[in-house]
Amino acid sequence: MPANLPPHVEANVPGYVEKLTYLESLEAPSDRGKRRLAARVWSGLWPVGLAIVIVLAVWQLIHLSGWKSQIFPGPGATLSNLWHQLQTGLLWHAIGVTAERAVLGFGLSVLIGALIGAVVSRIKPLRAAVGSLITGLQTLPSIAWFPFAIILFGISTTAILFVIILGSAPSIANGLIAGVDYTPPLLLKAGKMMGLRRLSLYRYLILPASLPAFVAGLKQGWAFAWRSLMAGELLVIIANQPSLGVLLSTDQDQSDMASATAIIIVILILGVIVDQLFGLADGAIRRRWGLAGENS
Amino acid sequence: MVRQVNSVTVTDRRTAPSVGGTKGAVRLTAVSKVFGRGSSAVSALDRVTLKVPPGEFTCLIGASGCGKSTLLSLVAGLEQPTSGEVSAAGAKVAFMFQEPALFPWLTAAGNVELALRARGLGKAERRQRTAELLETVRLTGFGGKRPHQLSGGMRQRVALARALAQDADVLLMDEPFGALDAMTRDVLHDELDRICGGRALTVLFVTHNVREAVRLGDRVIVLSSRPGRVIASYDVPIERPRRIDSAPVAELAAQVTDRLREEMSRDAS
Repeated sequence: MPANLPPHVEANVPGYVEKLTYLESLEAPSDRGKRRLAARVWSGLWPVGLAIVIVLAVWQLIHLSGWKSQIFPGPGATLSNLWHQLQTGLLWHAIGVTAERAVLGFGLSVLIGALIGAVVSRIKPLRAAVGSLITGLQTLPSIAWFPFAIILFGISTTAILFVIILGSAPSIANGLIAGVDYTPPLLLKAGKMMGLRRLSLYRYLILPASLPAFVAGLKQGWAFAWRSLMAGELLVIIANQPSLGVLLSTDQDQSDMASATAIIIVILILGVIVDQLFGLADGAIRRRWGLAGENS
Repeated sequence: MVRQVNSVTVTDRRTAPSVGGTKGAVRLTAVSKVFGRGSSAVSALDRVTLKVPPGEFTCLIGASGCGKSTLLSLVAGLEQPTSGEVSAAGAKVAFMFQEPALFPWLTAAGNVELALRARGLGKAERRQRTAELLETVRLTGFGGKRPHQLSGGMRQRVALARALAQDADVLLMDEPFGALDAMTRDVLHDELDRICGGRALTVLFVTHNVREAVRLGDRVIVLSSRPGRVIASYDVPIERPRRIDSAPVAELAAQVTDRLREEMSRDAS
């Protein structure tokens, strides 16, 4: 490598610097991180597959042991129940209602959380006060808000959305504030020396720098939103609006364990899918920034 | 006690081009900087007086803790002196750090272009200037790479291109090559010579490597440690192109090193 280019002998030879630039470029990290898509998908899928197999096996064993076999169906009966429900319009309708609330509730949380985060992160005295308020809100189980919300808004979608926002927006605001706070001081110095000021400093430096923390906040916010939504749909049952919560609640009333379990599986899958989407976004940012290791 | 160090007119290639007036001149007058208060106060700089004429390449050298970096921060306006006066005479100041401090979400070209955008340049001009600057630091073809895809030396080249993009009169460099291997550093010395030679750029270059200081500087200023004071100033009358291992460079470097050793042993006793 560079050893065969004694720098002081050849320094004035034309092409020397080009040669060295080339050699230097060889030392630059390669793009080995870009593994084949198939390999990436496989490495993400096999643990999930194994987990499913383990759950099904344990479930089947419990079923075979005869424990509460009168009311607790095995995986076969449950999955066939799920399969049948998937053929009916009711389940899809319920998924639609729930998904709509999730999108609306989470969307509003993002708007409100980002707005609060942006304002609070810019005003220093506010940060300490609102910071502890946000932490407080996060520790409060959002289900505790339902009586409050129902008294305020009645049995309505608004009550559910209200609780989703209270549960989810603090995490999103927190993510943005953390991102702004942890913008590396050296980059801030560099940005200021470059002449970035106020708004442009935010637009070109602080906001992009806080993106990973913001995405982490979104992911956590989504988890809270999904929990709040499920609690809300079990507590706030609105006539003629079959949601996943309503189906689950009806199954409870009718002691239909196969259907109840089938709905739980649907809820689980929906939650996991959205969580994976945030995981993908996070991974994409990490690769772009060069934060990811070989395996992610 | 403060020894006044007056600037000496340096016979140099950079005084030849149109460096009229005082733009780019840096002047520190009895500048002191104290961090903290009361018993925990640390004096980083003590009545430093320094005059750097426009277009001069000045190297600041000293043991760690001599306040070299603080001095640059004061000139950059990132910090205010406790007493004394810092003036860069309305000059635009760019800063290069030991780490490249590139924005990881932007490509190499994007990093350079952002500095142009901060100056308010239009899109077409930005694109053209970015290409020129990348060519200047010999990174044509690497503009689309992100910082983590480049080697350490290439990252510092991008940082240099970004600093040049600011069209500054004064370039502050805080051990910019300190983290690089000797080979890469040597090449970047040549590059810096070439790039600065073609511009009316005042450079304040901080390093703890005496040979590097003599290799690059029109003048080498030695600072004492804790608190930093100017204790000596050496003109470097060696013709360019210079080589870091040439006899004249080594000879002057030995003199500077002796002066530094003397200071350090006095400090230790």
